[in-house]
Amino acid sequence: MTSLTDGIFSFARLGALLTKEFIQMRRDRITFAMMLGVPLMQLVLFGFAINSDPKSLPAALVATSNDQYTRAMVSALQNTNYYRFDHIAETAAEAEELMASGEVAFVVTIPADFGRRVASGDAPQILIEADATDPSASSGAVSTLGTVANQALLRAQGMEAASAEAAKGQLEVVVHRRYNPEGISQYNIVPGLLGVILQMTMVMMTSMALTRETERGTMENLLAMPASPAEIMLGKVLPYLVVGAVQVAVVLIASKLLFSIPFIGSLSLLLSAILVFVLALVLLGYTISTIARTQMQAMQLTFFFFLPSILLSGFMFPYRGMPGWAQALGEILPLTHFLRIIRAVMLKGAEFPAIAAEVGILALFVAVFAGLALFRFRRTLD
Amino acid sequence: MNAIEVTNLVKRFGDKTVVDHVTMTVAEGEIVGFLGPNGSGKTTTIRIMCGLLTPDEGDGQVLGYDLRTDGLKIKREVGYMTQKFSFYEDLTIGENLEFVARLYKLRPVEEHVARTLDELGLTSRRNQLAGTLSGGWKQRLALAACIMHKPKLLLLDEPTAGVDPKARREFWDEIHRLARGGLTVLVSTHYMDEAERCHRISYISYGKMLASGTVEDVVRNAGLTTFVVSGPRLDQIAAALEGRPGVEQVAPFGATLHVVGSDRQKLEAALADIRGRKDVTVEPGETSLEDVFIQFMAGSRDNMS
Repeated sequence: MTSLTDGIFSFARLGALLTKEFIQMRRDRITFAMMLGVPLMQLVLFGFAINSDPKSLPAALVATSNDQYTRAMVSALQNTNYYRFDHIAETAAEAEELMASGEVAFVVTIPADFGRRVASGDAPQILIEADATDPSASSGAVSTLGTVANQALLRAQGMEAASAEAAKGQLEVVVHRRYNPEGISQYNIVPGLLGVILQMTMVMMTSMALTRETERGTMENLLAMPASPAEIMLGKVLPYLVVGAVQVAVVLIASKLLFSIPFIGSLSLLLSAILVFVLALVLLGYTISTIARTQMQAMQLTFFFFLPSILLSGFMFPYRGMPGWAQALGEILPLTHFLRIIRAVMLKGAEFPAIAAEVGILALFVAVFAGLALFRFRRTLD
Repeated sequence: MNAIEVTNLVKRFGDKTVVDHVTMTVAEGEIVGFLGPNGSGKTTTIRIMCGLLTPDEGDGQVLGYDLRTDGLKIKREVGYMTQKFSFYEDLTIGENLEFVARLYKLRPVEEHVARTLDELGLTSRRNQLAGTLSGGWKQRLALAACIMHKPKLLLLDEPTAGVDPKARREFWDEIHRLARGGLTVLVSTHYMDEAERCHRISYISYGKMLASGTVEDVVRNAGLTTFVVSGPRLDQIAAALEGRPGVEQVAPFGATLHVVGSDRQKLEAALADIRGRKDVTVEPGETSLEDVFIQFMAGSRDNMS
């Protein structure tokens, strides 16, 4: 009996294997940190940062009159907690610019004759333009609108809220879903996916670049030959720019053919911005490569960076729905800025001035990662 | 001018001193063997000399260039062959050589590669992946790649580990041929026969340089006496001798036993009763380099960790 079980399965041998496995796990610090870090990070990010019904969205008000009905309407909208009027626009064109650059999510226009029409009982109108490039972010704010606005108006007229139902329809709320009138979520997701795909592959591939040399022992030889750190870095990074270019072409063509995503803006502007973004990514990957000792660690570090990029960049969940600290974290991720650029250019037809600030931040990432990588790169084996 | 001239090199990793005040001189055109047990600091010393590591203390010149400030110039004129094969196994032989030739800016590239392939006798296997080569061929490829840019100094780190005797012989013939052309060679090895093919040897143990000179110098300076014992049941004699005062080493060599000690009189006294046996002969023998090294190793503190 014992001899039979001993031949097939022995707890003593299993014990030896388990012990060995745990020792190796403990020695690999980065893996160990990942095992604790990833679940914790996911929990905190999912739990606290993500809110699919964002409140307090920046809005611009275009109101030429300052009568009591206009004021009542504005304060009612603010009281829903969905709208935060950061900007008072003088003209519709000014408001339009604010929306194109992504400064505001809504433009609320209360016509000059609003007060007069309410007073005369002549069905008044207000216009709400929502940035529908991210349909889910604005849907809550739009859906509560009709009821809230009507009630506010009735209160201002001194009527009881109870009779509000009866009076419904008196106020006409005109909603324009800008850039994506049908509220198709693919318009939001597919351009974003380009950023996510690039982030995933570019960072991962370049993060292996140096660790592969170290693991295979070719690093020692490379360092003993006369190649400078900058030459080695560019030699590692540039080939992946080509890979990135192929990916960009594939995704852009597919987004047109398979998903019929509109492309309003300038292709050359978008491609230039993508170049800066990809450069930032490959340099980030290369920096990881100078930190990780094995390809496995490089993979894990890539993933460690990838997760918050997906969750906090505004790709999966509305950026504006996140609390301040999560937005601040999102700001230091290249993907966040790239998503703003690609959505603005593809869906809103934004010109360079509207995205200049975001491109500038991406360029800053390029400079920082390049500096970091060169600083981290060891010309010697010390 | 000496090809290598370093004084009091110190390298520490953490609290462990791997190279401990090593001073070394290698003249131009000389082949110097670098010997010592595993973990004694040979590789670290060689890496310092080719600029892969910066010494914590000490300084020196390699090919007239300062070790600390002229790393790039040293790299251009030194050929370094690593202990482990460190060319790209997923590139072909030709592609590896091309890569090296272009890094050293050898022009025209194709001419250098073709000549090197021809000298190696690998022209027909140019398109074979380097990873598929046997150990001996990998070593030949690595050497060829290291000398393609015509370095003035060749640093070889255990180049013949795991290589068959014929390939080793050919390798050493090649090294001597290169040295005749003016190339200076510092080669680390564990093999005594290889040490004896060097003009001079340096013995390092646990980071400290213990001996330097020609093989004869090193053996003579060690001041050891060796007796060769032959006869039946040598294993019993060996067991009996072990631990006797004056007997420092007892080692079987084929059908004989080498008994080594640093004090001749004590050693003779220890051997007196065995010498008296009729079936056993005890004759004075020549101390070998290996005997000297074993003596060195026994005498130095253990630094392996």
